[in-house]
Amino acid sequence: MDQFTFTIDGQTITAEDGMSIMDAALANDIYIPYLCHHPDLEPVGACRLCGVEVDGRPMVMSCMTPAKEGTDVRTNSPAIYQARKVAMELLIMDHDMDCLACEAADDCDLLKVSAYLGIQPEQLEGLRPLGRQLPIDDSNPYFQFDPNKCILCGICVRTCNEIVGLGALGYINRGIETVVGTFGDKGFVDSICESCGECVVRCPVGSLAPKKPQLAAREISTICAYCGVGCGIHFGVRGDEIVSTRADRESPANRGSLCVKGRYGFNFINHPDRLTTPLIKKDGQFVESSWEEAITLVADKLSNYHGEEFAALTSAKCTNEDNYVVQKFTRAVMGTNTIDHCARL
Amino acid sequence: MTNSIAEIDDAGTIFVIGSNTTSAHPVIGQRMRRAARNGATIIVANPKEIDLVRSASYFIQHKPGSDVALLMGMARYIIENDLHDKEFIAERCENFEAFEESLAPFTPEFVEEITGVSWEEIGQVARIYATNQPASIFYAMGITQHTHGTDNVMATANLAMLTGSVGKPSTGVNPLRGQNNVQGACDLGGLPNVYPGYQKVEDPAMKEKFEKAWGRELSGKNGLTHTEIFDAIHDGTVKALYMVGENPALTEADAKHAQKALDKVDFLVSQEIFLSESAEYADVVFPAASFAEKEGTFTNTERRVQRVRRVIPPRGNSKPDWWIVTQIAQAMGEKGFGYETPDDVMDEINAVTPIYGGITYERVEEIGLQWPCPDADHPGTKYLHKGEFARGKGHFVPLVYKPSAEITDEEYPLILTTDRSLYHFHSTMTRRDYGLEALDSEELVKIHPTDAETLGVESGDWVEVSSRRGTVKARAQVTEICQPGLCSMTFHFFESPTNEITNPALDPIAKIPETKVAAVRVKKVS
Repeated sequence: MDQFTFTIDGQTITAEDGMSIMDAALANDIYIPYLCHHPDLEPVGACRLCGVEVDGRPMVMSCMTPAKEGTDVRTNSPAIYQARKVAMELLIMDHDMDCLACEAADDCDLLKVSAYLGIQPEQLEGLRPLGRQLPIDDSNPYFQFDPNKCILCGICVRTCNEIVGLGALGYINRGIETVVGTFGDKGFVDSICESCGECVVRCPVGSLAPKKPQLAAREISTICAYCGVGCGIHFGVRGDEIVSTRADRESPANRGSLCVKGRYGFNFINHPDRLTTPLIKKDGQFVESSWEEAITLVADKLSNYHGEEFAALTSAKCTNEDNYVVQKFTRAVMGTNTIDHCARL
Repeated sequence: MTNSIAEIDDAGTIFVIGSNTTSAHPVIGQRMRRAARNGATIIVANPKEIDLVRSASYFIQHKPGSDVALLMGMARYIIENDLHDKEFIAERCENFEAFEESLAPFTPEFVEEITGVSWEEIGQVARIYATNQPASIFYAMGITQHTHGTDNVMATANLAMLTGSVGKPSTGVNPLRGQNNVQGACDLGGLPNVYPGYQKVEDPAMKEKFEKAWGRELSGKNGLTHTEIFDAIHDGTVKALYMVGENPALTEADAKHAQKALDKVDFLVSQEIFLSESAEYADVVFPAASFAEKEGTFTNTERRVQRVRRVIPPRGNSKPDWWIVTQIAQAMGEKGFGYETPDDVMDEINAVTPIYGGITYERVEEIGLQWPCPDADHPGTKYLHKGEFARGKGHFVPLVYKPSAEITDEEYPLILTTDRSLYHFHSTMTRRDYGLEALDSEELVKIHPTDAETLGVESGDWVEVSSRRGTVKARAQVTEICQPGLCSMTFHFFESPTNEITNPALDPIAKIPETKVAAVRVKKVS
């Protein structure tokens, strides 16, 4: 890919063909405020915060404007600041201010941009908020949608279209009444939404947020245990409990995507029904036993069977190593090839 | 899959037959929909109007069990209209003439009658598949779970060879494997006819190889398949059954038959994470560590061996499956089970399994490796059959149409097919997740409005669905996604155990039960 140079605030930047000014800036660790931009999505220039001046001409949206060789880009000037401040005041005027109670508190783009622009509560006093309180959609068991926090950046709508390819979300109403919603403004679970949560992970402000968010202390990467796609997942752990999941963007199988089961469906791991000790049936009832007792009993019993008297069902849920050991046991120890699993079911 | 998941992005045509991709393989479903947005043409062939149809350019709603007729009809149209890849056929394939002759009975009239789809529609999708290259076929159990499942698979392969749509990027015949590690369980010899790496047990050279590797005399006779094992318990041949994480009491076709076998067998051991419906029958139950509590590898549907890591310690006193079996073998005085870590097992796999020869933990640390990967320097294989088929020449298989084992009659006038819900996976795990259970909490018998009207059934009514093997009860959902004459159920719910009524009739080669077609009657219960 061809490379070229241009300057941002006097610094010489190397960019590649096809990069927008914002792409080039972010790739070089230069911050330009934005709310509607997401690296996975096509730019729309909706939030009007990322304006820059190119060669002294009036403002253009840096997310929508291709970087060009030899140009001089300015990310800050009194006019740019003024435009951003007004845009931001209008965006935040109707927003919930109780940040401590918000699920996005640890990673809120609205807070970040406010801090960058130095927005203070007093500044907003002269504005007249709508004063409306819209109902929260908590129909989905895993996440909720609070339209009162929504800034209409459209990232959720575009994610459902561009990433998920579904189009479950759209805009309802016009002008200041505009809200994000499902077809017919029904609850998420009564729409075609597949609960994959791709919109939730991309919402920049906590309007779409998990219901039980917990920050992880550390992350470990593994592979999903549901279907054969084999998505890479980073599990977040606190103590010895799994508290979060994040799609692996490097995995060739899923490239950062997950489905409802792979993102949320792991509560079975800590379910109280989990078997935690060997069980031996005595007089028709299961009795807890030690590993030693159970292993000895099974070894003794199996010594009585050989060849076609024995059969094993191994598991498509288990690892390659598990399966290898089970089939070797069946063939080498029990003397039969009668081993199968649910590949046909 | 012959090809890789990422190749979906560049496909010209994505032909999806017998797969409800957005439910059973959701992330691949997402990828197909994205490809459609970027210009790929999706063709869906399915007896039901599945969700992916919304993103498809063409939808063929053929009758259940008519896949061979549909695919042979497409092949006939392609040849008649001179759309086949003559160069590819001549250079890389064999037996084309016999295949061409076998197309004679598949006249437009015959194909229309069997499939219920007009010749014009079939011609349209055949033309798209043949000309809008690269074209890729995706299928799942809608193709395989039939008494003629092997024929169905052959028919997809014939179609791919006919148009030269194999051995190139974004083409191929791509079965979407169901379970997370069903590919790996097959690769590592969890099958009655092959050692690890698909090395045949009936081949004396292979037997000798493994006898040498394992230091034991081995049986050179194929073992029994899943469904045959339960028959063998009933006839008294199999007396001891060892189950690792399986739940046949719910998932086996004609599940009552399996339940009775579990009850009958002399000695039953189960390794499980929950006391499943099947584990209840066991004499000894070992608590297994879940996938998140152990080290190892899974192999996904694109043959990619990927690293599974211990995220949390095993719950309670549970242990990894390989460890449990190793302990039993040692207690029986066996040598050759001295593994201390799964990595030790992988070393042995490398040594005896040519397709996994170069797949080490070190190499799969980041993004995994796709087999065949015979040695430590091999980069893995993105797509199969490049330049030459694995067997040499691509073999065209002449086919005849065979009806399903059960067809409708006066007593059982509807066809029942089974599918899977996006929110569940078989039975044991997802039913114990509060959210998945809230999103999909009960079985629903999906039935077309005209059939519902005849039966006086409305959505939400309780109905009994009966086949020659039994009766199950569930609520009805009246919906046009089914064609008239077809109803559909999942099999995730022990409260409505659908597999107690599905048909265990087997494909003669693959020994797969015909769970996609059973004759049933539906009755409203007050």
